[in-house]
Amino acid sequence: MAMSVTMDQVVKRAKDSFGQMFDKSLHDLVRGIRNHKDNEAKYINEAIDEIKQELKQDNIAVKANAVNKLTYLQMLGYDISWSAFNIIEVMSSNKFTFKRTGYLAASQCFHEGTDVLMLTTNMIRKDLNSSSMYEAATAMNGLSCFINGDLARDLANDIMILMSSTKPYIRKRAVLLLYKVFLNNPDALKPAFPRLKEKLEDPDPGVQAAAVNVICELARRNPKNYLPLAPIFFRLMTTSTNNWVLIKIIKLFGALTPLEPRLGKKLIEPLTNLIHSTSAMSLLYECINTVIAVLVSISSGLPNHNASIQLCVQKLRILIEDSDQNLKYLGLLAMSKILQTHPKSVQAHNDLIMHCLDDKDESIRLRALDLLSGMVSRKNLMDIVRKLMVHMDKSEGSHYRDELLSKIIEICSQNDYQHITNFEWYISILVELTRLEGTKHGNLIALQVLDVAVRVESIRPFACNQMAILLANAHVFIVGSNTTTVAEVLYAAAWICGEFCSYLKDPQETLQAILNTKVTLFPGHIQSVYYQNILKIVTHLIQSSNNDQAFTKQLISTTIEKMSTFLSSGDVEAQERASVSLHILKTVLKLLEKADFNINELSVLFEGSLNPVAPKAQRKVAVPNGLDLDAWINEPPSESEDESVVSETHYDSKGLFYGNSENSYSSNSYANEASSYQKPRNYVEPTADELEQQRESRKQSEQMNPFYLKDTKKSKATPKTETPTTTTNGNENLQSSLSKGAIPSNLQVSLSDQLYRQAKIDEENRRLKKKSKVDGASSKKGKKSSKKSDTVAADDNDDDIYPTIKVTRGGELPEGATASGNEDNDDDNNTKVGNKNKKYDPHRALNIDLNEVPKPIPSPAQPKQSPQKPVDVPSSPPPESHEKPKKSKKKATAEKEAKATNSKTKLKKPERSDYKELVSPVDDEETSAPPPPAPSTIPNEKPKKKKTKEKKSTSKTAAAEANQPAPLLFDIMSDEIPSSNQSTQQQNEQDLYKLAAQSDNLTVEYSIISKTSAAELDVTFLLKNRTTSIIDHISIHVVDSMSSKVLNTTSANRISFPNKSNQTENDTIEFKLNLPCSQYLRRKSLHSDVFVDLMNSGTLTSQSNVNISTDKQNFTSIINTICQSYRLTIVDNVNSAASLYAETILGHPVALLIKSTNSPSNISINGKSTETHFLSNLLEEIQTSFK
Amino acid sequence: MIQFILLFSRQGKLRLQKWYTSQTDKSKKKITREIIAAVLSRKPKMSSFLEWKDLKIVYKRYASLYFCCAIEQDDNELLTLETIHRYVELLDKYFGSVCELDIIFNFEKAYFIFDEFILGGEIQETSKKSVLKAVNDQDVIQEVETPQGLIDEY
Repeated sequence: MAMSVTMDQVVKRAKDSFGQMFDKSLHDLVRGIRNHKDNEAKYINEAIDEIKQELKQDNIAVKANAVNKLTYLQMLGYDISWSAFNIIEVMSSNKFTFKRTGYLAASQCFHEGTDVLMLTTNMIRKDLNSSSMYEAATAMNGLSCFINGDLARDLANDIMILMSSTKPYIRKRAVLLLYKVFLNNPDALKPAFPRLKEKLEDPDPGVQAAAVNVICELARRNPKNYLPLAPIFFRLMTTSTNNWVLIKIIKLFGALTPLEPRLGKKLIEPLTNLIHSTSAMSLLYECINTVIAVLVSISSGLPNHNASIQLCVQKLRILIEDSDQNLKYLGLLAMSKILQTHPKSVQAHNDLIMHCLDDKDESIRLRALDLLSGMVSRKNLMDIVRKLMVHMDKSEGSHYRDELLSKIIEICSQNDYQHITNFEWYISILVELTRLEGTKHGNLIALQVLDVAVRVESIRPFACNQMAILLANAHVFIVGSNTTTVAEVLYAAAWICGEFCSYLKDPQETLQAILNTKVTLFPGHIQSVYYQNILKIVTHLIQSSNNDQAFTKQLISTTIEKMSTFLSSGDVEAQERASVSLHILKTVLKLLEKADFNINELSVLFEGSLNPVAPKAQRKVAVPNGLDLDAWINEPPSESEDESVVSETHYDSKGLFYGNSENSYSSNSYANEASSYQKPRNYVEPTADELEQQRESRKQSEQMNPFYLKDTKKSKATPKTETPTTTTNGNENLQSSLSKGAIPSNLQVSLSDQLYRQAKIDEENRRLKKKSKVDGASSKKGKKSSKKSDTVAADDNDDDIYPTIKVTRGGELPEGATASGNEDNDDDNNTKVGNKNKKYDPHRALNIDLNEVPKPIPSPAQPKQSPQKPVDVPSSPPPESHEKPKKSKKKATAEKEAKATNSKTKLKKPERSDYKELVSPVDDEETSAPPPPAPSTIPNEKPKKKKTKEKKSTSKTAAAEANQPAPLLFDIMSDEIPSSNQSTQQQNEQDLYKLAAQSDNLTVEYSIISKTSAAELDVTFLLKNRTTSIIDHISIHVVDSMSSKVLNTTSANRISFPNKSNQTENDTIEFKLNLPCSQYLRRKSLHSDVFVDLMNSGTLTSQSNVNISTDKQNFTSIINTICQSYRLTIVDNVNSAASLYAETILGHPVALLIKSTNSPSNISINGKSTETHFLSNLLEEIQTSFK
Repeated sequence: MIQFILLFSRQGKLRLQKWYTSQTDKSKKKITREIIAAVLSRKPKMSSFLEWKDLKIVYKRYASLYFCCAIEQDDNELLTLETIHRYVELLDKYFGSVCELDIIFNFEKAYFIFDEFILGGEIQETSKKSVLKAVNDQDVIQEVETPQGLIDEY
C-alpha cells in the first residue's frame, strides 16, 4: 500500500517534470485528427480524456497546452464548457504565454451567461492595469468578447482610466472596449461620454479613429443625442485623409441629417466633392448613400438638388455597369433608395435595369426586379410586363420564376391597378401565367382574377369568357404535378363563370364543360365552388329560356344525372354542397312536372351582387348592445370533459380535421392545404364499387391527359380552333416558349401579345388624335416646329390619352365605419412592438441625453446603492400656502366681523366616462330651484354651499402632495420637468380662487384640485362675508349632477357659529358650479419614447383638431400657458411644435400636438385620446380661453 | 459593427471563428452551420453579399478558404471586403505566402492577428506594419518565457 503510493507519486512527479514531453502537443493533436479521418470522433474523445488528465496536473505549462488543444476542439464543435475553471486558472498565470492562451480560450468559449465569469473580476482588473502593455491588451481583447453586465459595471472605471494611458496602443483599445461596456451597462455612458468626446481630438490618429467608431455606433442607434457633435465631425471629415475613418464619419452624418436638415445642406458640397475625387469604391458608395439620405430628408430647398440626384444616379449607373458583381449589386441596392423619393430619375435607366434581369446572379436579378416594380407607370407597364413574361420563360429555377410571377402580379395590382389601362390585356396575362410550369402561386393568380373581375365591372364579359375557356380545358390542370398549385385558378374560373354567367357567350356549353369535368379529382374547396356555380348557371339558363318547359326539363334532368356522380366526392363539404344542389334541382323538377314552378323561387337564391369587403370590415362591425363577447355562452367545459374529447379525437377525428381545414376558405389556409390535396387520402376505406369508379375515372383522366403515352384514341378535347397567330417574331417566340410548360397552349385564349399590340395601336391613335387637335389649334405655326413641340407636350401629359377604367377601390364597410381609422394599423404595430420586446435591444437603453451635467461614475465598490441615494422630497409643505390667501383675506375682513369658512367638498366621479354630461352646464353642480326647507326654519343669513369639512382640507392636500412621485434624480432617461416644479405649479393653481357666486351679503369663491390618486376632485370654497353683520349659520344643499356627486358624507350640511345675534336676515344664493373638463385632467409626465410608442400603438382612437389665433407672439409662452392652465406636461418641444400629455383622473391618456402654423400667432392643436367627447370638449375649452 | 467572422474550407470545415457578440455555443453552432451552407451554395460569379436574417453576410474566397463576415444592415459592404482582404494580407505577411495548413496548425497565431487588427468588431489598427510589429513583439516575449530546460518549470 505504502509502496504503491510512493510509486504513484514518483510517476506523477516524472510526468509533471517531463509533462510536455509525454503530452500531445497541439500539432500532434491536429495531425492526429487529420490522420483519423475515418473515426475522428473516437480519436477526439480519447484526446479529450487525455486532456482531462492533463488538466488535473499542477504544472501550468501542461494545463495551458491542454487548454490550447481544447480551444482547437471547441472550433471543431466539441463542448468544452466543462473546462471553464481550468481556463481561468491558465488566464491567471503570471507568464504572458499562458495568459494569452487562457484569454484566447476564454474569448472563444465564454459568453455573457458563463457563471465562472464572476470569479474573474479581480484578475481581469489586475491584468488591465498590468505594466506590460501587451498583457493589458490581451485582457482587453478577451474582455471585449465575454464582457457581461457585472464585469461592465465593475470594470468601467478601470477602462476609463486606461483611456488616459500614455500609450496610444492602450488608449485606442480602451476606447473601443468602452462601447462594449456601454452595451452591457448603459449607466456608464453618461459619465464616460465627456472623456470619449475628448478622444475625438486625441493626438494619435488611431485613438481618434477608435473614438469615431464608437460614437458612430452609438449615434446610429440614437442620433438625436449626438447632434451637438456635428461640428467636430464636420471638421474631422474635411481634414481626415484616412478612408476608414471618413467612411464612419460619413455614415454618422447619414444618421444625423434626418434630424437636422441644415446639416444636410452643409454636407452636400463636401460630399459631392468626395464623390468626384475619390477612387475608393467603398468611400464612394458611402458618400452616395449619405447624399441619398440627405436628399430624402430634405425633399426640396437645396440649390442644386437635382444636380446632386443626377450625380448619384450617374455614379450608380457606372457601378451597375461595372463587371464586378459586387458593385452591380450595391448599385442596384442604392438605386432602390433613390427610387422611393425620385422615381423619375431612376426610370430614365429602365434599360439598364432590365438588362440586369439577365444577370447570372440571382440576387442581382431579384434586386433589379425590386427596382422595376417601383418604376412602372401607365405608360410603360405593358412593356415592362411583356419583357418580364419573355424573361420568365428564359429563366431557370422555379424559385426565381415564381418570384417573377408574383412580381408581375404585384406590379400590376399595386395601388388598386393604378397603372393598368387595359384590363383585357391583364386578364390574358393572368391566364398565360397559369401555364407556367410548376408554379406555387396558383392561388395568387386565382385571387387576382377574382379581384379584377369583381372590382372592374367592365371587364366581366371578357373575364367570364376567358374563364369559360379555362373551365372547358380544366382537364389539363388535373394532371399537374404535385408541386404546382395552378389548379387553384379553377376556383376563380368557376366562381366567375357562375356569378357573372349572364356574360357567358354560350352558357350551356360552359355548363356541359363543367359537368363533364372530373370535378371530384380537385381539392374540396374547388369542388364546392363548382357545385354552387353549376346551380347558378342552371338558374340563368332557365331564366333566359322564356319558359320553354321542355328545354328546362331536359336541362335539369341532364344536370341531375351528371351531378349524381359528384355525390361521391371525398370531401365533406363538397359532398354536402353537391347534395344540396342536387336536391334543389330535383325539387325544381318535381314542381315543373306539377306545372307549379316559378323561376323566381330559384333565382332568389342568387340575388344581389357581391361586393368586395374591406380587409378590416369585420373589426368595424359595432358590437350590438347587450352582447358581451367575453361572456361564456355555455359554462366552460370542465377538465374532465376536455380529457374525454381528447381521447375521442385520438382515433377517429383525424380525418375530420383534414376535412375541416380543407374546407376553410381563408386564403391563408388554402395556400397550405393546396399542397396537400394531391396526396392520397387513405382515411376512407374505398369499397369495391368506389375502387371500380376510381379506376374508371383514372382511365378517363388518362385519356384526357395529352402527355399520357397510350396508343388508344386521341384525347377528347382536341383543339377547336387554333388561335390565329400573327407571324410577328415576338409573338411566336413568346407563344412557343410558353407552350413548353406543362399545359399545352391549345387553349383558345387571346394572347396578351395581341392585346398588347392592339393597345399600343390604340394608344398611338389617341396620341395622334390629340396631336391633330392641338395641331388644329396651332395651325399657323410651321409644320415641323409645331410637330416637335406637340410631341413634347403629348409626352409631358400622357395620362389623358389613356382610357379611364372604373375600378372599385377599397371595399365595403359596415354602416358608419370609416376606413381611415387608426386601428387599421393595429396589427402591424402590435407585431412590431412584440418583436421589439422579444429581442432585447441594448441600444434602447443607451438613448441617453448626453448634454446634461455628467455625474460621477458609480464607484465599483458600492455600485448598486448609488442610484438610489439622493431621494429627497423637495416639496414645501403645502398647508401654509394653502391657508395664506385665506388668512389674509380674513384679516382684511376681520373688522367687519366676517366669518370666512373654508369648506371642502369632494366630488366623486362615478365610474362612467361620459364627460359630455359633465361639461354641459345643466348637469353641473346645481342648486335646486326651490329653496331647501332649512331657510324657513332658520331665519338667518344663508348662503348655499357644499358640504363643509372645515380645515381638514389642508391635511388632505398635504397627503395628496406626499403621494406625488419623488423626483427621480438619477433617472437619466427622463428629461421631464422636475416634479418640484409641478408642485409649485399646483400650489399656484390652489391660490387661484374663482368667483362662483355673489350676493349683497356674501361672495362664494372656489378652487378645484384634481387628486392624483383617485377619480376625485377637491373643490374648496371660500365664503366671504360682505356685510358687517355676523353670520349665525350656513346651510348647504347640493344637488348632484348626472355624472358627479358629492362625496363628503362626514360633516353636516349645516354650519353653526357660536356668535349669536339678534338680527335675523335671510339670504339665499343659488349657483351652478362649472366643472370644466380640464379639471378632470391630472399631470402625468411621460418619456418621449413612451409617448411615441403610445401614439403608434393605435389605442388613441379619438382625434380632434382646433385652430387658434392668439395675439401672443411667443410660441413657448403659449405652450406654457396651456400647460399651466390645463395640467398638461410637455413631452417634447422642438422649434415650433410641442407634444403635451396628461391623463384624466380615470387614467385615460390625453395627448396634444401643438404646432404653430405660418405665424406664431396661429397655432393648431391636434388631440388624441381614448375619450372622444372629453377630447373635443377640452379642445373647445382651450380654444375659448384664447378668444 | 462586425458581428462575427468565420473562416471555413470549401468542404465546409470551420477553420477560424471570432464572435464579437455574446452567443451561446448552441447558437454559434447553428449560425455557423447555416452560413456555411448558404455561402457554399453560392455559385461563382455571384456577388459577395447575401442577406441573412437581419444581417448582411460579406464573403470572399481565397484559394480553398472562405472568409466570411457578418455585418449589420447599415454597414458598408465594400469596406468589409477591404477588411477581409487586409486580414488575408496580414496572414500572408506573417506566415509568408499563407496556406490553409498554416492556419490549421497555427490557429492561435491567426487569432492573435485578429486581436491586433480588430477589437470588439471594430477595426482598431489600419496599418499593416503596426499590426505585424505588435504580433511579433508578443511572439518574442513568448520565446523569452519558454523554458530552456525541461526541469525549469518545476
